[in-house]
Amino acid sequence: MKYTEGPEIRDTKAPEGPIEERWEKRKFGAKLVNPANKRKLNVIVVGTGLAGGSAAATLGELGYNVKSFCYQDSPRRAHSIAAQGGINAAKNYRGDGDSIYRLFYDTVKGGDFRARESNVYRLAQVSVNIIDQAVAQGVPFAREYGGLLDTRSFGGAQVSRTFYARGQTGQQLLLGAYQALERQVAAGTVEMHTRHEMLDLIVSDGRARGVIVRDMVTGEIERHLADAVVLATGGYGNVFFLSTNAKGCNTTAIWRAHERGAYFANPCYTQIHPTCIPVSGEYQSKLTLMSESLRNDGRVWVPLRKNDERAPGDIPEDERDYYLERIYPSFGNLVPRDIASRAAKNVCDEGRGVGPGGLGVYLDFRDAINRLGRDAVEKKYGNLFEMYERITGENPYDVPMRIYPAVHYTMGGLWVDYDLQSTIPGLFVIGEANFSDHGANRLGASALMQGLADGYFVLPTTIGDYLANGPYGDVDEEAVAEAEIKVRNKIDRLLSVNGTRTPDSFHRELGKLMWDYCGMERTEESLRKALERIPELREEFWQNVKVSGTAEELNQVLEKAGRVADFFDLAELMCLDALVRTESCGGHFRAESQDADGEALRDDENFAHVSAWEHSTDGPVLHKEALEYEYVKMTQRSYK
Amino acid sequence: MNLTLRVWRQSGPSDKGRMVTYKVEDVSPDMSFLEMLDVLNEKLILEGDDPIAFDHDCREGICGMCGMVINGVAHGEQRATTTCQLHMRHFEDGAEITIEPWRAAPFPVVKDLVVDRSAFDRIIQAGGFVSVPAGSAPDAHSVPVRKEDADSAFDAATCIGCGACVAACPNGSASLFTAAKITHLSLLPQGQPERLSRAKAMVDQMDAEGFGGCTNTGECTAVCPKGIPLDTIAQMNSDYLKANAK
Repeated sequence: MKYTEGPEIRDTKAPEGPIEERWEKRKFGAKLVNPANKRKLNVIVVGTGLAGGSAAATLGELGYNVKSFCYQDSPRRAHSIAAQGGINAAKNYRGDGDSIYRLFYDTVKGGDFRARESNVYRLAQVSVNIIDQAVAQGVPFAREYGGLLDTRSFGGAQVSRTFYARGQTGQQLLLGAYQALERQVAAGTVEMHTRHEMLDLIVSDGRARGVIVRDMVTGEIERHLADAVVLATGGYGNVFFLSTNAKGCNTTAIWRAHERGAYFANPCYTQIHPTCIPVSGEYQSKLTLMSESLRNDGRVWVPLRKNDERAPGDIPEDERDYYLERIYPSFGNLVPRDIASRAAKNVCDEGRGVGPGGLGVYLDFRDAINRLGRDAVEKKYGNLFEMYERITGENPYDVPMRIYPAVHYTMGGLWVDYDLQSTIPGLFVIGEANFSDHGANRLGASALMQGLADGYFVLPTTIGDYLANGPYGDVDEEAVAEAEIKVRNKIDRLLSVNGTRTPDSFHRELGKLMWDYCGMERTEESLRKALERIPELREEFWQNVKVSGTAEELNQVLEKAGRVADFFDLAELMCLDALVRTESCGGHFRAESQDADGEALRDDENFAHVSAWEHSTDGPVLHKEALEYEYVKMTQRSYK
Repeated sequence: MNLTLRVWRQSGPSDKGRMVTYKVEDVSPDMSFLEMLDVLNEKLILEGDDPIAFDHDCREGICGMCGMVINGVAHGEQRATTTCQLHMRHFEDGAEITIEPWRAAPFPVVKDLVVDRSAFDRIIQAGGFVSVPAGSAPDAHSVPVRKEDADSAFDAATCIGCGACVAACPNGSASLFTAAKITHLSLLPQGQPERLSRAKAMVDQMDAEGFGGCTNTGECTAVCPKGIPLDTIAQMNSDYLKANAK
């Protein structure tokens, strides 16, 4: 795939000066909108997860006129609901040496020096307010007997800064945001549109001014106009077909905004989560994650010998390899996700994996049960154990769980500046849909933090600054009509192929290709192969896909087909991005770039930048944004 | 495994609907119930038939989007399980399985097994929240909560809003759903100021949506995938009575 290089991105709008003062400075510098004018200003928010739900609620509360969209039947279903482990905040309630600076430091380091310092510092600052906000909403976080909030430690951190609500933290935080959102719906400041899917962005006079959506029940194509558009549509891990994402998660909204001019940054940064239930068969539709908090007490091991067929209980202690504890003595089972995932892959590649196909490692609670008692373990992890048993039919109290890495979270996304604004003025992107805060790796319990930070605290300030500079005039009727026609044409085209393969069969094949060639380990050769194969498969898709039904009804096959079509285009850009980045960093492991111990080897001289891709009919254009580290010295990460 | 499915087909709200029989072959016992339907749907698409529409999303038992009545039981016979977490190993080879949508007047059928549960959102809109603007909250430690209260509040808060309680109730009551939310917030200090007005508004909205009354049958809690206890309904009724006595 051919690409060219365009001018560097120089201004990210982050204020200058001491890092701890930058956000204050930006907030003070942001223009305010007169309360009487707010209700005349319309904002569209697409997506109702932690980022979108909290943003729509807060903007409504501030007095803007908000339209909120989600593809599910209720905003409460967004996939943030499935996050299990917890949310980080620099509260230092434990007195164990935590601070905003330490959370900032850990996140920049954990992001393998590929995130922006200014953004990450702000995230750490705001994290403190998130907990206060959620508690005030009635989120039932775990408590100590004294009535104060309980915390736990989580992968990649040595302090106990993770707040949690049993194994269902995402659910409880999302319900908090959802309730705040429904409160605004009742107050009339937010108009909710469920079962609607965004299919294009309306750009008029160079500004984002609305969206084209499809009513998924009637099939009606609708146009909605606004003064600004916020995308909070989540990640694109489902490009791999099998992932821990909900089935409906897709890339369509951000991809079509990309086609309209929003840069796509670091698409190749894919987080592989180390503790998922292994794949059991070809029919499988998704992967289920086991919370990383299990690594606090569970010990990860494989047999020392290759192809050891014995039951785990029959393998004596001296024939077990607790490889994380062996290789990383100071972090042990709590090493960050990218490290734990690759270590699991390595032992399985050596032929020491367990379970069907040898693609699994044990996560063993025997010692924890002996030490703490079965009851204590059940209290802490009961619902997770139950979930595991339900899916696998095995009882983890008696036999160790089997886990294997799986695609979980995408750190890439639409490029945004410090204000969370994309390269299209008036288009803001928040949560997992943007690229900004996690660098090449996301530490556990930090995605919930970012979603809520963006939605409750950052966006409501920065979007005000944009709106205060308005009004931006009438929307160009031709631009709206053009977008609508484009959407209709795409739907007609999908319905008219009438081939012999289902959208799912293409998606499955694309996903396998991506996992094999652009998965946990990438090489120049594998990526070149993928870049050769993806266009062929896409061509076949457009020649041979079969979409049943019509456009004017609830048609889940049509929905699926549209999303798969976008995944093809995204997959190609992901592979190109991975090919161009000839270094290893965090979730992007290029096999050619590793040190003598097999650890990811960064190339700071050539790659300390964000890769922001511009869409063009002549092939993608690469813009680089240099990353500067004034506060955290760039060092090789080591968890040994 | 080979199965015979009897599935409710209804093209839209105005269609009368009917049961249609399908054969599914080579079902693996490790498949989830929804994956089994995926396999059938793939076949239907290729044969030029309309695949069966059903709601689903996270497929890990937490989003609450999936739900169907399987052999007469909401989410199937396995206790405390969502449809997406129900696996085929619980069925016998050669079994005949009947699959229907949630049936309740306030949940109109959209298509096949998909129903409209937006009435639940409107119950929440009526008062299922704590009124707190973003950015104005005091430090989280300024209001301690007894661990027992926090744990009980959490137990009630685990409701996923799937609607199985309504589907199972002979009266089509939404009491368990509404009670779960009311109980969650009424057990926490943060929920106290609006406690009675919340209970009144939510119960009144539930009635206005056309859900039936509760006669303590207990079918709701028997099928609830999250095991929300029946005594939340007692809590709701108590708050509702107090609110009306005022």
